[in-house]
Amino acid sequence: MRFLGYTLGDESVPMPPPTPELMEEMGRFMEEATRAGVIVATGGIAPTSMGVKITLQDGEFTVVDGPFAEAKELIGGWALMETRDLDEAIEWTKRFLRVAGGGESRVRPVFGPE
Amino acid sequence: MIDGPTRDDRRVSGDTRAVIETVVRIEFARVVGGLARYTGDVGVAEELAQDALVAALEQWPRTGTPPNPGAWLTTVGKRRAIDRYRRQRTLADKYGEIGRDLAEEVAASELEVDDAHRQIDDDILRLIFTACHPVLAAAARVALTLRMVGGLTTTEIARAHLVSEATIAQRIVRAKKTLAAAEVRFEVPIGDDRRVRLTSVLGVIYLIFNEGYSATAGDDWMRPELCVEAVRLGRMLVALMPEESEAHGLVALMEIQFSRVAARTGSNGEPILLLEQNRARWDRLLINRGFAALDRAVALGGQHRPYALQAEIAACHARAPRAEDTNWSRLASAYDVLAIVSPSPVVELNRAVAVSMAIGPQAGLDIVDTLLGDRTLAGYHLLPSVRGDLLGKLGRFEEAAVEFDRAATLTNNAREHELSMQRARDARALASRVNR
Repeated sequence: MRFLGYTLGDESVPMPPPTPELMEEMGRFMEEATRAGVIVATGGIAPTSMGVKITLQDGEFTVVDGPFAEAKELIGGWALMETRDLDEAIEWTKRFLRVAGGGESRVRPVFGPE
Repeated sequence: MIDGPTRDDRRVSGDTRAVIETVVRIEFARVVGGLARYTGDVGVAEELAQDALVAALEQWPRTGTPPNPGAWLTTVGKRRAIDRYRRQRTLADKYGEIGRDLAEEVAASELEVDDAHRQIDDDILRLIFTACHPVLAAAARVALTLRMVGGLTTTEIARAHLVSEATIAQRIVRAKKTLAAAEVRFEVPIGDDRRVRLTSVLGVIYLIFNEGYSATAGDDWMRPELCVEAVRLGRMLVALMPEESEAHGLVALMEIQFSRVAARTGSNGEPILLLEQNRARWDRLLINRGFAALDRAVALGGQHRPYALQAEIAACHARAPRAEDTNWSRLASAYDVLAIVSPSPVVELNRAVAVSMAIGPQAGLDIVDTLLGDRTLAGYHLLPSVRGDLLGKLGRFEEAAVEFDRAATLTNNAREHELSMQRARDARALASRVNR
């Protein structure tokens, strides 16, 4: 089964940049999860200030530049996981959070290929 | 912010049995591998790992899951190993010595547990080679690999294979005895042996994949959970042996074939043939992963080896946006090489299909007809199925219908049976229209 795991956070709260140690440890963790065949795709997401919001309402498009005012946004990284079940996806996400040292992640089922 | 409360609420208080079992399943291969290195016996190692799971189920609900669960489980398993050997010491002094060594080693690494990544990788690789040892029957290799490397329970393996749990349990017990009796060493083979043994490993993984991709028994045409398991094993293997081109070739083949899973069945579960599939439903992510794996196999000089060639064949289909865009001559040449490198009647049958598309149905039929007397294909439903297809394209509908009838009687898969019956009916309808 496929799951999208992503981190949520409040962009207005300034976050210190990750230390080299954290970067290294995170790199090791991502490698481990990839080698285990769990992570099939992964990426990082730029701040909403660099993003755009596009809406279609009553036939009218509105295109608004970021940042967006939502309290919590998808921030930083996401990983598409392929695991046997939700419990495995949760376990890998816990391991990610432990390396990250805290924070909030969401895990959402993605349909297909099965 | 309001969120769905149920799952969080259920999970905040301690780790449930399901959570613990999940952690153990993820860690199982490295735990069994580590214990097998210490005891020299994968059968004993698997039992010790099972003991460690029981200990985890007792302790983790109170203490929480330890930060390095794999190391925790291995350490518990080692302690159980020492207990066992001490009990058996009167039987043989050798065991006592091993027990002493173990005791010292565990004491030394008690809390600062052995976490050398290379060692873990090596243990898992040895485990894979041992589970796929040629001394075992194919079904036993599959069961042992799913159990010890995949970490599946006998219940899960039995469910995936539609056999009773007792059958799988017995198969695993016997396999462990066979390995012990043959004194199979827990090691990664070197030299000429390595080539042969790697072929067996790749064969076992592909067997698991195929059992899921074209179920040989049962009502469903596919059992994707077995495909997922095989793809995962393949990805693990290339991470452990990045220098082996055929491992990449096999992964490429499986990723590309698996990309078609959603398109291979209709809304009622009926199989849809490759050329009739809705390619929009092919999974681009898996296709791209497959292309990348195939590139690695080729870069390592393995483009003319059997799995890479089959992956190239799968890639030919994946590269074509529509069935009519397929580069059939490229496909047929890949089959030509495969027929030389890895000749078999089944390859020849597939080559006939490719040639029929590249040149014409008669050219394909000529190849198929050379296979009619072949004993290995005598009970193979795809021979009459392909022949029926080619005869139909040549307008010989009545002969085609007879072939589809034959195909229907030869398959044990309910979905496949129905598909052949349908094709026979279609051919008869065309025949009567022509005769009218």
